Amino acid sequence: MKQDIQAAQKEARIESSVFSIQWVAFSTIVIKEVRRFMRIWQQTLLPPAITMTLYFIIFGNLIGSRIGKMDGVDYMSFIVPGLIMMSVITNAYGNVASSFFGNKFQRSIEELMVSPVYPSVILAGYVMGGVARGVMVGIIVTLLSLYFTDLHLHSLPVVIVVTILSAILFALGGFINAIFASKFDDITIIPTFIITPLTYLGGVFYSISLLPEFWQDVSKLNPILYMVNSFRYGILGISDVNVSTAIAMLIAFIVLLSSISIWLLKRGTGMRS
Amino acid sequence: MTAALSIQGLEKVYGNGFKALKGIDLTVEQGDFFALLGPNGAGKSTTLGIVSSLVQKTSGRVSIMGHDLVTDTFAAKQCLGVVPQEFNFNQFEKVYDIVITQAGYYGLTGRQVAEHAEMLLRALDLWDKRNEISRMLSGGMKRRLMIARALIHKPKILILDEPTAGVDIELRRSMWEFMKKLNEEGTTIILTTHYLEEAEQLCKNIAIINNGEIVTNTSVKALLSQLKTETFVLDVDGGANVLPQLEGNNLQSSDLQSSSLQGYKLVQIDADHIEITVEKGQGLNDVFSALSAANVQVLSMRSKANRLEELFVNLVQDDNKLANDQTKEA
Repeated sequence: MKQDIQAAQKEARIESSVFSIQWVAFSTIVIKEVRRFMRIWQQTLLPPAITMTLYFIIFGNLIGSRIGKMDGVDYMSFIVPGLIMMSVITNAYGNVASSFFGNKFQRSIEELMVSPVYPSVILAGYVMGGVARGVMVGIIVTLLSLYFTDLHLHSLPVVIVVTILSAILFALGGFINAIFASKFDDITIIPTFIITPLTYLGGVFYSISLLPEFWQDVSKLNPILYMVNSFRYGILGISDVNVSTAIAMLIAFIVLLSSISIWLLKRGTGMRS
Repeated sequence: MTAALSIQGLEKVYGNGFKALKGIDLTVEQGDFFALLGPNGAGKSTTLGIVSSLVQKTSGRVSIMGHDLVTDTFAAKQCLGVVPQEFNFNQFEKVYDIVITQAGYYGLTGRQVAEHAEMLLRALDLWDKRNEISRMLSGGMKRRLMIARALIHKPKILILDEPTAGVDIELRRSMWEFMKKLNEEGTTIILTTHYLEEAEQLCKNIAIINNGEIVTNTSVKALLSQLKTETFVLDVDGGANVLPQLEGNNLQSSDLQSSSLQGYKLVQIDADHIEITVEKGQGLNDVFSALSAANVQVLSMRSKANRLEELFVNLVQDDNKLANDQTKEA
């Protein structure tokens, strides 16, 4: 009996030690990632701020004033949530894709591979780094948008949940892209040919109610439409899609991509010969 | 005592069908300073890559300090520090950050390892460079940085894959001193190197691998005792050929380039140098007497090749010959 208790206590101590090691490792990866994108802020934080300001000026002020209202709100207010979401997802994706591939390219990923860090913790660390950059850029763009329009918050919880989940999902996408990439060009293919077109067709600049019914149905196959509209709902209270469905879809895709990422990490795909 | 590293039946077949390891067995005891030697492509880096979890094994078993690398990965990896052949740190990070980040992967915070990090960086002459971007370091400094990084979590086993490649002699010797001290303090060190003098100076035990198989696995002492002959180069004061002068002393050779003196094989390289091959147990007194009688003054003498190098070449050549013969028979 005494031996059983001692064995159980020993096991509990080991588990707690494993947890604390993994927690420190997770924090280390996140700090490293944040330090990286803060160090090169001219390449990571400044460009989206400039690009989005141009969008606000050109599409919001210059063209938007001639468009009038969209879904009952002025055009500038309509596009701001979409542009914020666009910044969040592209930066979350880009951060993980370029950082993880950079580590593979420099072989510094081997530091993690020889260490006792669990694959799930490696993934969580990189994804959290991507989320941090996505959210930081989202805040910068939101603050810039306040110069052009008044934002009224309809539901803060929806804004937070949708922002975080979308950033996680796209950070996972960036991670998988980086695992398969063998050269720097490979990490620009998906953003150029998939994410950007889906974002532009995802209701950032228009309501899908303007489209013929067939194209409305086609648009509903675009996952970015759900993110943009849920986020818009959180700010303006208007949406082309059901917000609960959108959140459920986000969670489902996160579970799927996380599982694939961990499986790829365990196999050492793209890293281990 | 549990072995520091135990490898059983380790096989590795790469995607292109190349069989890099053909079921090797290897044991390294705790506290050992062990060298894994072999020619390029023999399987050294593949073996250490598998032990470091950087290469996927095809079959076999690896255990580190008694922890199986597959079923008890966490505990096994905690015991290991790895210094790879290629630079593999983030070239844009500062020296200190690289070391502290690595500690974090082992669950140690910057505050916990600050003292140890300072000690390591000072010992490896990097403390003054701690705030430099790693890209700006010299090759030798980069190599030392990888050693500091590998030691930050105080591993029980340190793997060094050609740690002194491309490092100047002075620095190499200071790194040897550092590694010797580390080993004396209890760290098991496993080393691969192409400088066989390094293995002879540092290591207690040696395994030679060739064509994916262990050719020999023994102590340095036992291996060196296999050496049957040793060749020396003598610097002589001449300008004229020495061997004809020795001929005048009734040597049994008409060859002007080589001769033998009471069982010694002598070869004249040029006017100022002769080579002499001595068999195990033979003294050199007769040679010096003969040279002295011929009025040849010996200015200095050195061993032609590192002793281990000679053995290594012989063993690898024998193994390659055997492999070729087997291929022909097949």
